[in-house]
Amino acid sequence: MKIGGGHVRGGGGAADGPVKVTQTPYVVGSSVLGVKCIDGVVISSDTLASYGSMAKFRKISRIHKVSDACVIGAGGEFSDFQEIKKTMDGVMIEQFCMDDGYVLTPSAIHQYLVRVMYGRRNKMDPLWNQVVMAGFHDGKATLGMVDQVGSNFESEVIATGYGLYMGLPLLRNAYRPDITVAEAKKLLEDIMRVLFYRDARTSNSIQIAAVTKDGVEISEFYDLETKWDYQRFVDGARSGDVSTW
Amino acid sequence: MFRNQYDTDITTYSPQGRVHQIEYAMEAVKQGSAVVGLRSATHVVLATLKRSSSELASNQRKLFEIDSHVGIAIAGLTADARVLTRFMRAECHNHQYVYETPMPLSRLVLAVADKSQVATQRASKRPFGVGLLVAGYDTTGAHLYQTCPSGNYFEYEAFAIGARSQSAKTYLEKHFESFAALSLEELCRHAILALQETVASSKDTELTTRNTALAFVGRDTPWTMVEDDSVEEYLLVLDAEDELEEGDADAARQQPQQPPAAMDES
Repeated sequence: MKIGGGHVRGGGGAADGPVKVTQTPYVVGSSVLGVKCIDGVVISSDTLASYGSMAKFRKISRIHKVSDACVIGAGGEFSDFQEIKKTMDGVMIEQFCMDDGYVLTPSAIHQYLVRVMYGRRNKMDPLWNQVVMAGFHDGKATLGMVDQVGSNFESEVIATGYGLYMGLPLLRNAYRPDITVAEAKKLLEDIMRVLFYRDARTSNSIQIAAVTKDGVEISEFYDLETKWDYQRFVDGARSGDVSTW
Repeated sequence: MFRNQYDTDITTYSPQGRVHQIEYAMEAVKQGSAVVGLRSATHVVLATLKRSSSELASNQRKLFEIDSHVGIAIAGLTADARVLTRFMRAECHNHQYVYETPMPLSRLVLAVADKSQVATQRASKRPFGVGLLVAGYDTTGAHLYQTCPSGNYFEYEAFAIGARSQSAKTYLEKHFESFAALSLEELCRHAILALQETVASSKDTELTTRNTALAFVGRDTPWTMVEDDSVEEYLLVLDAEDELEEGDADAARQQPQQPPAAMDES
């Protein structure tokens, strides 16, 4: 989808020509999944940034800790995610400098990001990301999402990218209001595995983050176990087919 | 205070290290009619005395809602108060828009204070001639702040500003240690009694529904103003106090303000 091109900067001089803003993403992260639990919230993503069909950057983190009670994870253009990380770190530093003990809640951080994303979209210069916000505040989990046009919502289960098509139905089937963080981690691993099998832009190296009353815990990168010895897979698609066509 | 040769300019210090224009601005606050504020652990109450310039005029309103969780009472130049009210409302709404949460009181008051300070350090400006009592409730509880034309601000358990506010402060100093645990109703009672101290010796002589207004805000209680006839039930505490003052057992039996025997009785 091409946007932002076409209108001409006037005024003469060397700067004449179309205004260039983000029109299409180049280095992209794939899905981010999240689920709210009774004792916290868990999100997961793989550690791959793809350059088209090339798996170019295979061990990068797409999850970032914003506060002791909030993490964000993003799919989409990786450089824009780096910009978002810088911006949110700047906001948290400003808050610290106010020196009044007041801490932005995860919901406030989410809303701030929404305003940033929507504002950029209105300038036809979006940050091309789908950002998942996961937080734990006042004994309650919060999980929300905002995308490159500023659409945002909170939900018990969240998925972006291909995860939306393949992962979300699985998440919804498995979700219970009393699911625990430990169960959710296992659930998200299973769904990331499905995504690795079926999404050409997802790798089997993943990272999981959990936010609980004890704070933020972002795991190391680790590889998912995968199974390639299903008999039909080994035999081939046409095994057992005796026709001559 | 007396005039001196260092008081013409906001940008001139006196040899004693004072900026007299700021102090003159604080005088304007002392000329305004009294406002009283007090807080418990969960609520804040503001009580105000509304002056009127003549019998024909309405009584000047002194309570303003800033957001559903915060409001102010003013003393001093009303027009300056309007500017600060507009500013505070904009700050609160902006905060709500960006962060989807009510603005914390301390940050709102800091914004007012910083804005006030700017006006004390420009040759082209004058300080705001209004003091505010800011009452509100946020995630850290109930708060009462005072702001000054100087750009200073202070947090209080209870305070009063404006004309004859010292009498109200004396009353508050006597009772403030009990405020934290009081109910909203009891807090309002103290507010009215404190405010009454400021009229005891003036030509107003008593609080009426015309010249008194109060407001409160707190936990599960959005900013609520009480004006005109609705004030009547809050003023009843004054009658109860009158009874207590006239003596214990006798006062309890008698009607308050018992009129003398009717003149047509022999």
